[in-house]
Amino acid sequence: MVIGGLTPEAIAFGFFTILTLGGALGVVLNKNLVRGSVWLIVSLFGVAGLFVLLSAPFLAAVQVLVYIGAIGILFTFAVMLTRSMTNLRQRFTSQWWSSLIVVVLLFVVLMAGVVVPVWGNARPEDASTVVATTVDLGVALVDGNQFVLPFEVASLLLTAAMIGAIVIARQHEEE
Amino acid sequence: MDCINQLAQCLSAGGMDSGLAEFISIFLGVTLTATFPLLVTILLIWVERKFAARIQDRIGPNRVGPFGLLQPLADVVKLLGKENITPQGADKPIYNFAPPLMVASVLLIWAVVPFSPYHIGSDLEIGALYTIAVASIGTLAVMMAGWASNNKYALLGAFRVVAQLISYEVPLAMAILVPVMLAGSMSMQDIVTAQYGMWFMFSAPVAAFLFFISSQAETGRAPFDLLEAESELVAGFNIEYSGMKFAMFFAGEFMHVFTNGVLMAVFFSGGWLGPFAEQAPILGAIYLLGKASVWYMLSLWLRNSVPRLRIDQMMNFNWKFLVPMSILNLVVTAFLLQVIKQAGLGPADAGNFLQNIPQTLILLLGNGFVAYVMLSWARSKGRAARAADEAKKMNAATAASVAVGD
Repeated sequence: MVIGGLTPEAIAFGFFTILTLGGALGVVLNKNLVRGSVWLIVSLFGVAGLFVLLSAPFLAAVQVLVYIGAIGILFTFAVMLTRSMTNLRQRFTSQWWSSLIVVVLLFVVLMAGVVVPVWGNARPEDASTVVATTVDLGVALVDGNQFVLPFEVASLLLTAAMIGAIVIARQHEEE
Repeated sequence: MDCINQLAQCLSAGGMDSGLAEFISIFLGVTLTATFPLLVTILLIWVERKFAARIQDRIGPNRVGPFGLLQPLADVVKLLGKENITPQGADKPIYNFAPPLMVASVLLIWAVVPFSPYHIGSDLEIGALYTIAVASIGTLAVMMAGWASNNKYALLGAFRVVAQLISYEVPLAMAILVPVMLAGSMSMQDIVTAQYGMWFMFSAPVAAFLFFISSQAETGRAPFDLLEAESELVAGFNIEYSGMKFAMFFAGEFMHVFTNGVLMAVFFSGGWLGPFAEQAPILGAIYLLGKASVWYMLSLWLRNSVPRLRIDQMMNFNWKFLVPMSILNLVVTAFLLQVIKQAGLGPADAGNFLQNIPQTLILLLGNGFVAYVMLSWARSKGRAARAADEAKKMNAATAASVAVGD
């Protein structure tokens, strides 16, 4: 089905792109930090939509569960606990131009990487040929020839971070 | 041609553009799936009030219509007529966006609920994960409401919500993993059909218990209703809301409780499975809603007969009992499933009741082991705490008598 020369996928892609980029702009431009974190959640939701369009439903669900359900809420929570941060007067600090340079440079590098095939073939593969099921993903994480090492390293790091958090919380309690 | 089950083909056979026919059929499906829970909620308000009244030895609504059945409609009219007050210091966009988000987070779950072998919004490959992911958006809505109201009681309520809901999501997710392991799939339809021979309620009672308790906590109802503890927080996060905006929170909560019943039915008691459900899909929907109602009633019963916990008791119960139990349960079930697979005791035909018995018995033993370990551990901890308490009291008493002696 084609509406106004656009396929539904194209319309959905446009919608989620607007959500992602618009949300990101909202984060940067908003003076109110709570609203900023709500915009961040909008942006992350847009990314989840893009994952769906890339036929990666598992990643989309994890994006919603982890980034919106946990990280986004923790951000909002932390911001709420610091009330003085919710009434900022200025939109930019005096170093705004340095971050602008970094962002523009990063953008140029990424665009160059996509347009000029610097890191191998940059032409996207047709989605229908790379559709992987959740089973494939699970196998890839525990298969010795694939991603078992990065997976284990990540688990170790997370465990260490968790233990660290518990230790910090405990010391505080006993004092 | 079967115009109820294959509307798109039926319409295009009548000479309609096939794309348009498909669009109409999907649109109708979405509208029906999204409207149905909202309509059920109106009835549920009556059920809940009547049920609570009977438990508390009252009669309940009985003036409007037969048995007071029209009472919720009168309530809806009343709520529609009320003024929507927005507090002056409120953050208006967030304040107004929170109530619809709350309703949406529950409604979205219904997109993957299988009503019958053929009727499901979308049989996602990751259906079980989707239900948890979408439900976690509800936490966000409550928090936005609490903050945007610019009221300290609302904010305190919101803080409690974060602590409670995020904590109870852990055992909830761990409990859902067990039916996923048993079915070997995260698709809701696969989970239902895998229970053809045996409901998971019997092979994984501990997981069913964990899911039931943590989903009760997720809805924020007694004994876990600390987010709106009336005596401490006035009304919690929704204190500044009035009229239809309040009604949305209210409807969202009622719908969430029933939705949890539906999920219990799908994950643990066979969803739409029942006699002749394949031949007449409407029976499947009736079975599903019937099973969901049983779980819903159990939840109401719990709500109306158990007092509210203190916040530290609630957190301790989660982190020191439910979470270890869910991890132990997951490990034991995974281990036993592998043992059964290696020993060849699994059912050759998953739909055969008799062939399922050895596997179910082994898993049941494993569940009994988990329950025994956790309960005796909790009992020994409780005994130690009581002994420490009594020793303290004894010391205080001797100190007092010494003081009197002086």
